[in-house]
Amino acid sequence: MTSLTNPRVPVLEVSDLAISYHDGGAYQEVVHGVSFRVEAGQVVALVGESGSGKTTTAQSIIGLLAANGRVDRGAIKLNGTDISRWSDKQLDTIRGASISLVPQDPGSSLNPVKTIGDQVGEILEIHGKLRGKDLERRVVALLDRVGLSEPEFRARQYPHELSGGMRQRVLIAIAITLKPQLIIADEPTSALDVTVQKRILDLIDELRREYGTAVLLVTHDLGIAADRADRVVVLQGGRVQEEGSAIDVLASPRSAYTRQLIADAPSLARSVTRAPATARLPDESAPADDIVVVEQLVQAFRRPGTGQPPLLAVDKVSFRVRRGTTHALVGESGSGKTTTIRAVVGFQRPTSGTIRVDGTDLANLNGEALRQFRRKIQLVYQNPYASLDPRQTVFGIIEEPLLNFGAVKRTERRAKVMSILGRVGLPEATALRRPHALSGGQRQRVAIARALILEPQVVVLDEAVSALDVTVQARILDLLDELQQDLGLTYLFVSHDLAVVRQIADTVSVLRGGRLVDGGPVAQVFEQPGSDYTRELINAIPGRNHPVFA
Amino acid sequence: MTSRYLLGRVGQALLVLWAAFTVSFVLLQAMPGDAILIKFQNPDLGLTAQQIAEIRASYGAEGPLWLQYIHSIGNFLTGNFGYSVQAGVPVSASLAAHLPVTLKLAMLGFLLASIFAVAIAFLSSLAPFAWLRSAIQSIPSLFISVPTFWLGIMLIQIFSFRLKLVPVINPDPWQEFILPVITLAVPISAPLAQVLVRNIDEVLTRPFVAVARAKGATRNRVLWRHVAKNALLPTLTIAGVLFGELIAGAVVTETVFGLNGIGGLTERAVGSQDAAVLQAIVVLSAAAFVIINLIVDLVFPILDPRLRTNPGAAA
Amino acid sequence: MTSFDTIQSDAGTDRHATRHSLADRLGRLQRRLPPGLALSWLILAIVFLWAVAPALFTSYSAVEGIGGAQLKRPDAAHLLGTDALGRDLYARIVYGAVHSLTGAFVAVGLGLVVGTALGVVAGSVGRRLDDAIMRLVDVLLSIPPLLLSLSIIILLGFGTVNAAIAVGVTSIAGFARLARSEVVRVRRSDYVEAAFGSGGTFWAVLWRHVLPNSLTSVIAFAALQFGSAVLQISTLGFLGYGAPPPTPEWGLLIAEGRNYISTAWWLTTAPGVVVVLVVLAANRVSQSFGKVIS
Repeated sequence: MTSLTNPRVPVLEVSDLAISYHDGGAYQEVVHGVSFRVEAGQVVALVGESGSGKTTTAQSIIGLLAANGRVDRGAIKLNGTDISRWSDKQLDTIRGASISLVPQDPGSSLNPVKTIGDQVGEILEIHGKLRGKDLERRVVALLDRVGLSEPEFRARQYPHELSGGMRQRVLIAIAITLKPQLIIADEPTSALDVTVQKRILDLIDELRREYGTAVLLVTHDLGIAADRADRVVVLQGGRVQEEGSAIDVLASPRSAYTRQLIADAPSLARSVTRAPATARLPDESAPADDIVVVEQLVQAFRRPGTGQPPLLAVDKVSFRVRRGTTHALVGESGSGKTTTIRAVVGFQRPTSGTIRVDGTDLANLNGEALRQFRRKIQLVYQNPYASLDPRQTVFGIIEEPLLNFGAVKRTERRAKVMSILGRVGLPEATALRRPHALSGGQRQRVAIARALILEPQVVVLDEAVSALDVTVQARILDLLDELQQDLGLTYLFVSHDLAVVRQIADTVSVLRGGRLVDGGPVAQVFEQPGSDYTRELINAIPGRNHPVFA
Repeated sequence: MTSRYLLGRVGQALLVLWAAFTVSFVLLQAMPGDAILIKFQNPDLGLTAQQIAEIRASYGAEGPLWLQYIHSIGNFLTGNFGYSVQAGVPVSASLAAHLPVTLKLAMLGFLLASIFAVAIAFLSSLAPFAWLRSAIQSIPSLFISVPTFWLGIMLIQIFSFRLKLVPVINPDPWQEFILPVITLAVPISAPLAQVLVRNIDEVLTRPFVAVARAKGATRNRVLWRHVAKNALLPTLTIAGVLFGELIAGAVVTETVFGLNGIGGLTERAVGSQDAAVLQAIVVLSAAAFVIINLIVDLVFPILDPRLRTNPGAAA
Repeated sequence: MTSFDTIQSDAGTDRHATRHSLADRLGRLQRRLPPGLALSWLILAIVFLWAVAPALFTSYSAVEGIGGAQLKRPDAAHLLGTDALGRDLYARIVYGAVHSLTGAFVAVGLGLVVGTALGVVAGSVGRRLDDAIMRLVDVLLSIPPLLLSLSIIILLGFGTVNAAIAVGVTSIAGFARLARSEVVRVRRSDYVEAAFGSGGTFWAVLWRHVLPNSLTSVIAFAALQFGSAVLQISTLGFLGYGAPPPTPEWGLLIAEGRNYISTAWWLTTAPGVVVVLVVLAANRVSQSFGKVIS
């Protein structure tokens, strides 16, 4: 490996790269002639939605395409040398040493049966740098460098004993061990909570500056690209739509697709212009018409066999939702937001506290009464792949709630289903399809249609747009907004994404560790946060300080 | 792992064992026609009904069923498995005499099966060509489709009669075992290899393998240092199933090759409806199965760090 | 948070509408029905026809020997040779199919019906009953299958149907476990919760969602058990616990051929090859069921 880098030769130069995958029958090209370059010490963001080919491109650079993938044409030049046709044996000498990888999912990216120390030490062992005591000392120093407390102790631990953020730090330690010229960070924080995400990205930034390493940052989040990258490459359907300095691309995008992406990204500023949302809030003097009232809700889970006291997943949470408005429950993983709404829709009996929906106290509901109550409140799930029965047709899925409450004639049912199908923006032909033939966005529309067919008053949306691409997410949010205005629906909107919440909600409750830490009208909570935690959450939103988003 | 868990697990094992005993008792001892009648009702013996009843009493076959059941449990707990009606010797003595052959056969067979399975699994993932890979991977499904008894006969036909490599008449003690061990190993290796192949394929798709490759680890290193342990651990869970296969294989193999072990004993016991012998074999096999699974459950946490510590400790 | 890389844009789903040429269609057919699978179906079809209408395939009798034609090598007159009584081996194999197939059907049917019923009840009704059923299943699993079969044979006596029942009982535990775990898996899914959430009653949800989604893999398992049942039944036949001679059951054919192992190799080889082919074919077909489902 040449350690002397010619300043005029970029660290990485990808030109006219085409990649295809074998799908049973033939090779299907998915990356069509992608070109870009990464200069020494630069951060280049590869931005795109799912199916854009961003991950495939990144994998091909380090020679780790899936077994059914192949590079059809083009060049991948590392310091001027084309490595795209290299054998595994040749690549083994530069992997880890010249190029390294920070993977997407820290949860499954460490070997569960080897210690942290072994896995960090392995890269030194493979490249024959250090051994024995020296190696151990170096491993501890690295773990310390990436900000893990008690590094000696961590080195002896196994991956499952560490949190997601800690695991990602370990993976970063592995990636920087040999001070490579290029780190490929493939969605390094998409599996992490927003506050953890900020700390991890800060760490990568800091190490990059210290070591002068270039970073190829693969991300779906334009905000992250805006915050962290020098240059941005926008990919769509395996083609480069636009490339340029981050500032230029975001401030004056040339391609229509980039403009769309920027417009669809949920932003903190938008809700200020979205007057109707706040206008719906009646002034304080009007008699309160709270359709959902949660008071002192406690949800405890026993932990048999562990000898520990019951886990308080929700601890004395109270909030109220006015009819026809949107209330958001915000929090990171483990905050109790999902547990709270499961109690509100009647799937779980609270340990204590009261819940009233449209005047009905859930505590007294059982059997048939509970079943009848379900007409009032409907839930839309996060994962549209799991919430639709794969064996039913779309028509069957949407029709089912009507069958549950009987006495609707066949022709009438059919008319209702078809009308709601149009309402959520799906063509009539979808009625006969099964879920697997639909895209994620279409499936979520089906789930919304199923929720609406009983004409409920409250719809609970559990991270209902989190799994969707940003352009699809924007369309679904538009749909929800439209439905609310037309039908006078009340939404209880659960999300980890503050930018989305800022855009759609009227009032908000911030949860942390099962407790309510902040709450009130959205503008108030965002502009004058009532707790340090809320402030931290807001500060961690990617792209917050960028002129385009703010 | 708490001592409470340990006690609970042992208690559960004992419960299963007791229930297995009861099932075998119901199936084998509580039936109307039995071995004593078959043997002594023969008119040539000229026994009167009175005498037969006395013989039956001496075998403990008289009295109400529940009393027989209590008797039987007591006897099993003290290692008294009753009398083999056909052979006229205590079942325990008969088992002890036949056990060594079966132990030798089973251990060698299992060893060879493990070698087959590991070889198939790892060769297939190292195979340089796709066609070779799929050829190797289809071996287990062939192995699983071959009747064990037929395989034994074919081996005799080919190696003893055609190629005359292994003598059938007066073989030495080791030669005698060559073909039976191969015969037994084939059906045992098939499920083991299938599970291994599936596990290796699954582990290879996990992200940590890509991370290891990204460190510069070679394919071989990844296979042995990262994939092997993750893929081998879950095979422990089918140990009990393999034991069952081993028993079935032993019965058939010993019958085909005329070996005088537990398998041969079982075959003869069924032929002569010698229920006491069969019940002892059933109960002891169930005991072995329960103990194997108990050991697997207790050993697993030692081998797999994920089960060793309290996951609640994660920060 | 989780993101689904497979989510496609709303547009990409209409490509099914494009016309396909004949070559395309043949190509897709070949992909859907690879040669190995086609051959497997063919083998199963032939054996099924042997069982239904054996006389269409051979003019020889399965039980009556021909004088002077003892122990003939395979030739044009006797495709697979003859046995010591001068009976045509091919005819005996053809006529034997019905014994192996009905045996396997009875065995799998018993395991499927009883095991699945136990599993579905355990998975969908309360905890107590669930625990009781699953302990019973543990007990069944703790006795090695062959020994369990032999115990039942001692109880019921020898014979084709009894052997089939004995084999069927050993598969009950497997069916029960699979059915229960599938029911439990489906019951935990979001779409079942959603069905309750939209006002579904217990029975409606069980019927509309739980059963259809959990029973598909049970059916695939049944297909897999079919091959294994053919093997086990031939084993019992070989040991002499199945149909009595002169029934041409395949395991028994091999057992009888053993006496002529040094002189008439075809007597053991041919029936064994047939058993292997049938089991391989059944396993291959069941594997393809599994793929279609997942």
